[in-house]
Amino acid sequence: MTDSTESPDLSRRGGLTRLKEGTYGGLFAACAAITLLTTAAIFVTLLSDAVVFFRSIPIAEFLAGTNWSPNPAGGGQAFGIVPLLIGTITVTVTAAFISIPVGTLTAIYLSEYATPNARSILKPLLEILAGIPTVVYGYFALVYVTPALKATLFPEMSTFNALAASIMVGIMTIPMVSSISEDAMSAVPDELRQAGYGLGATKFEVSTGIVVPASISGIASSYILAVSRAIGETMIVVVAMGAQARMPEVQQALFGIPFVNPADVLLQSGMTITVAMVQITGGDLTGGTLPYNSMFALGLALFAVTLVMNVISDIIAQRYREEY
Amino acid sequence: MSNTTSDDSLITTEVQADSNDDRAASAAETAVAARDLNVYYGDERAIDDVTMEIPEKRVTALIGPSGCGKSTFLRCINRMNDMIEICRVDGDVEFGGKNVYDTDVDPVALRRKIGMVFQKPNPFPKSIRDNVAYGLKIQGFDGDVDKRVEESLKGAALWDEVKDQLDSSGLELSGGQQQRLCIARAIAPDPEVILMDEPTSALDPVAASKIEDLIDDLAEQYTVIIVTHNMQQAARISDRTAVFLTGGELVEYDDTAKIFEDPEEQRVEDYITGKFG
Repeated sequence: MTDSTESPDLSRRGGLTRLKEGTYGGLFAACAAITLLTTAAIFVTLLSDAVVFFRSIPIAEFLAGTNWSPNPAGGGQAFGIVPLLIGTITVTVTAAFISIPVGTLTAIYLSEYATPNARSILKPLLEILAGIPTVVYGYFALVYVTPALKATLFPEMSTFNALAASIMVGIMTIPMVSSISEDAMSAVPDELRQAGYGLGATKFEVSTGIVVPASISGIASSYILAVSRAIGETMIVVVAMGAQARMPEVQQALFGIPFVNPADVLLQSGMTITVAMVQITGGDLTGGTLPYNSMFALGLALFAVTLVMNVISDIIAQRYREEY
Repeated sequence: MSNTTSDDSLITTEVQADSNDDRAASAAETAVAARDLNVYYGDERAIDDVTMEIPEKRVTALIGPSGCGKSTFLRCINRMNDMIEICRVDGDVEFGGKNVYDTDVDPVALRRKIGMVFQKPNPFPKSIRDNVAYGLKIQGFDGDVDKRVEESLKGAALWDEVKDQLDSSGLELSGGQQQRLCIARAIAPDPEVILMDEPTSALDPVAASKIEDLIDDLAEQYTVIIVTHNMQQAARISDRTAVFLTGGELVEYDDTAKIFEDPEEQRVEDYITGKFG
């Protein structure tokens, strides 16, 4: 300030600055809009083609049908999603049984127990696991896991089977669980750990009683991401599980609840929703045919399942959130 | 801080002349003692050959400039320094006559006897009840938990404010209430010693003064060792004061009144009157 009688210059800066600011804002908004528009476009496409499909095949028949054979050549064309749903659920649940415990415990180890040195080596290694192409996992399941299981636990297992595929899907999603959970646990303020130790808690008590509850919403979202990833996984399954839409034998168990023997599903080949879609695109595909349109119905079903998963995860995260 | 040499007291605050003096008058057993204690962070010495005896059921204040090692000393008593990898402790810290650095001492068991309150209020993101009951839970307390929670909250002068909201989160309380919740949590397992690491430095003056009153009450049942930056606070609440100066040296340790009115060491007088540190 040179002259004290002159008031400071507070006037709005030139139009160029304002124009630049406006352009930046618009640019960023446009990028955000791309994702939004893509999602919307996908949804609309799925819905419109699925509607065409449901005009020929009633929704009830699609949802309750136990036979999936979209190819008209073999005779007896049928579009029942149940065998595919069983395949998808089998892979997802079995994979979750592997990825959730192993991933969570890995995350606790990395966040709470590992020395900084061990962490700096292990974390990048885990991220590499996440970077392996899924087709490699698929061949690994087919060439190593299945023969190993056959030689040891399940001699009656077929070459293409759900178990080996599920195990590899589970392993593939471990890094997703461990990495996101570890980030959530590391974000828990150190003061909370100190408080626990100050009260005479052991490392295990601090990890499980303080750190995990405080980061549960992050951990829950890692589970949902991993499960959603398993639902959508295609390549491992198509290579290792085969592509046979097999309907397992349904037994009438106690209380009249239909029951499927897990061994009948896990040790045999099967087909998931995603594999069914791949198979349709792999054939001589003509637009507008029934098999072509069924793909969109399947896509819509898959979309609905993952949407429900996301909503559930949001509810869980809200419900159990321990904010610090 | 002005140097009021005309007055007996070296700082403007009067040394509190109530219950503290009754307590100081009678001799007390030693609760915690350090003998030839040296602590190093890597090559740097944080505590320099400290020997001192801390009396039972008294408030002992550790004061000194930043980086003088007072917090390090405090954290040696319950072995919280164990978690700092580069920290090395040499010498003895005796608690009830037992060296806590003996190889047969489990730091977890030690910390169950010595509670700790931290600088920043750090309640768990759990309900008020669960916060207070946490120590009881991990220590396998088999008595009436609700009763103990109530007693502890009363002991921390928080009960009347929270008795109708025991199930709401501890984080919904104000900063001062959170710190009293942390004190309730620390006293719930009935420790013998309570360590406080600058417990009021993150609080406003009103909340801080409530904590100070509380510390005075706590000393009837517990040995309180408090680190503070605030010399008036040390003068107000403590029976004994230890002055650490840069380099981790314990320069003077005596009755609080003596330290603030007539210290032996010129360096202590300089520090207290604000000429240094």
